Amino acid sequence: MYECDIAVIGGGPAGLAAAIEAKKHGAGKVLLIDRDIELGGILQQCVHNGFGLHIFREELTGTEYAERFIKELKDLGIEYKLDTMVLSITQEKVISMVNKTEGIVNIRARAVILAMGCRERTRGALNIPGTRPSGIFTAGTAQRFINKEGYMVGRNVVILGSGDIGMIMARRLTLEGARVRVVAEALPYPGGLVRNVVQCLNDFDIPLLLNHTIVDIKGKDRIEGVIIAEVDENRKPIDGRARYYECDTLLLSVGLIPENELSKGIGVKLDPVTGGPVVNESMETTVKGIFACGNVVHVHDIVDYVTEESRKAGRSAALFVNEKGGEWGTPISTRPGNGIRYIVPHLIREDKVGHSVDLFMRVDKIFTDKKLVVKSGDTVIRVIKKAYMRPGEMERISIAADSLKAADNLPLTVDVE
Amino acid sequence: MEKSIVICTICPIGCSMEVIEDRSSDSGYLVKGNSCNRGIDYAIAEVTNPTRILTSTVRLNNAGLRRLPVRTDKPVPKNLMLACMKVINSVEVDTPIEIGTVIIENILSTGANVIASRTV
Ligand SMILES: Cc1cc2nc3c(=O)[nH]c(=O)nc-3n(C[C@H](O)[C@H](O)[C@H](O)COP(=O)(O)OP(=O)(O)OC[C@H]3O[C@@H](n4cnc5c(N)ncnc54)[C@H](O)[C@@H]3O)c2cc1C
Ligand code: SF4
Repeated sequence: MYECDIAVIGGGPAGLAAAIEAKKHGAGKVLLIDRDIELGGILQQCVHNGFGLHIFREELTGTEYAERFIKELKDLGIEYKLDTMVLSITQEKVISMVNKTEGIVNIRARAVILAMGCRERTRGALNIPGTRPSGIFTAGTAQRFINKEGYMVGRNVVILGSGDIGMIMARRLTLEGARVRVVAEALPYPGGLVRNVVQCLNDFDIPLLLNHTIVDIKGKDRIEGVIIAEVDENRKPIDGRARYYECDTLLLSVGLIPENELSKGIGVKLDPVTGGPVVNESMETTVKGIFACGNVVHVHDIVDYVTEESRKAGRSAALFVNEKGGEWGTPISTRPGNGIRYIVPHLIREDKVGHSVDLFMRVDKIFTDKKLVVKSGDTVIRVIKKAYMRPGEMERISIAADSLKAADNLPLTVDVE
Repeated sequence: MEKSIVICTICPIGCSMEVIEDRSSDSGYLVKGNSCNRGIDYAIAEVTNPTRILTSTVRLNNAGLRRLPVRTDKPVPKNLMLACMKVINSVEVDTPIEIGTVIIENILSTGANVIASRTV
């Protein structure tokens, strides 16, 4: 059987950064596998700018950001296979994959990095009533059609959900001459970044209806219109507060789900809140030698954080194959407290932390003038004042290794106070 | 007196600011509602000369990929975005193309070039 030191599954920004970093840290044979026909993942359809402010101090388009990493990967001579779908991975790290030229191939790796990204939530996951006509797309699918295939999805458009992808598509469609009638959002605040509300909606006078959702879809073959209703605080439609909007296209921008069929097959433990693997400070899953990074672990809004997290996974995998990873020991667990939905990493081995460890988390609603309080048992180890926090924006807290030493293996909790 | 509302996009707080014409101040404007000083310059630029980086695609011949992503290398006036799109959509290019190649020079005399944002 063909063997390699590290197999990286997925060639988006996560897989690229992990493979590069593993190679730079002394991993021998690194193999990256992607089912797409080119490297770069979702970034290749992101023609808009706003990527790379943290890592490069420049505002790049998604394609430009991807190209920098693809070039580095090639310069380092890292091997990759495209148009190749990974079917399964065993605990012994035998990877089974299929492509048109070789058929089914099995490869044994000493370490695996999972970087499969995420997929979009669809109408089925939402249960919108009404007919099933054509003309309904997820925002990311529409983005691929327009930006890569040059195929305009429609002329008279309604968008459900105010996630970043939906807002970016509202601008893109408008620039291409379509009329975006309205963006409806069931929550009382926009899902995506403020910057996108301003530059994608307000700049083009596209109305954003907060506390509104679609209650019915009309049309036989092609969609003809939708009924949008105001909702109450429990997201239930209010009687008599509905209006018909004619449209030939409906885009759904209602969230992303980490792509974890393969992870489930291996038997790594998943976090029910993020939908991604439980990981430790080194981005290692609960199966030794299997690492994970990027959107497969939790949905990121900023690609720079994906890159940072993935570099860590790459370094850790290189240490692991060079037998410097060390034993699991008894880790400290992290626990989301009041107002916090989840924390990544889930487990921290104090002796593996180095100088400090970053905790990534999301709050469960909008908070103004609050504090993020990190406690070990009852002892407060860090307090950060926050003028403003929202679920759409990931929070990051750095914890110094010293304060973990004092922590005495008690769980680490974070609360909004 | 001229008065406009500007939402700051510099940081995630997104302060909603009021910009009022004010002859007595150096900048000619009075800005209210900003939580920090960075908002002031942004607000004034938004009412005097709002600009944006424009990103789009152009038709690509002889490649599997049908569109080449492009962007302006400098911000262009916001009110010229749709006019710039007309020019961008009238262009077709052939492969190979190197990232950064100028596709349209000095679009609508804005001083900005439209450049390729990937290699094909
Ligand atoms: C539409 C959209 C717009 C965005 N806009 C911005 C923005 O403006 N600014 C910003 O900073 N961030 C933005 N983001 C976020 C950022 O792009 C993502 O967080 C980032 O792309 C995630 O990287 P990833 O490598 O984890 O996943 P992906 O980029 O999704 O890559 C995953 C890769 O894994 C491959 N794969 C999956 N399963 C298999 C399998 N079984 N076998 C082989 N290969 C497989 C896929 O083909 C894909 O190439 C956006 C994200 C999306 C979806
Ligand atoms: S004014 Fe300051 S605090 Fe307010 S959004 Fe702008 S940068 Fe942020």
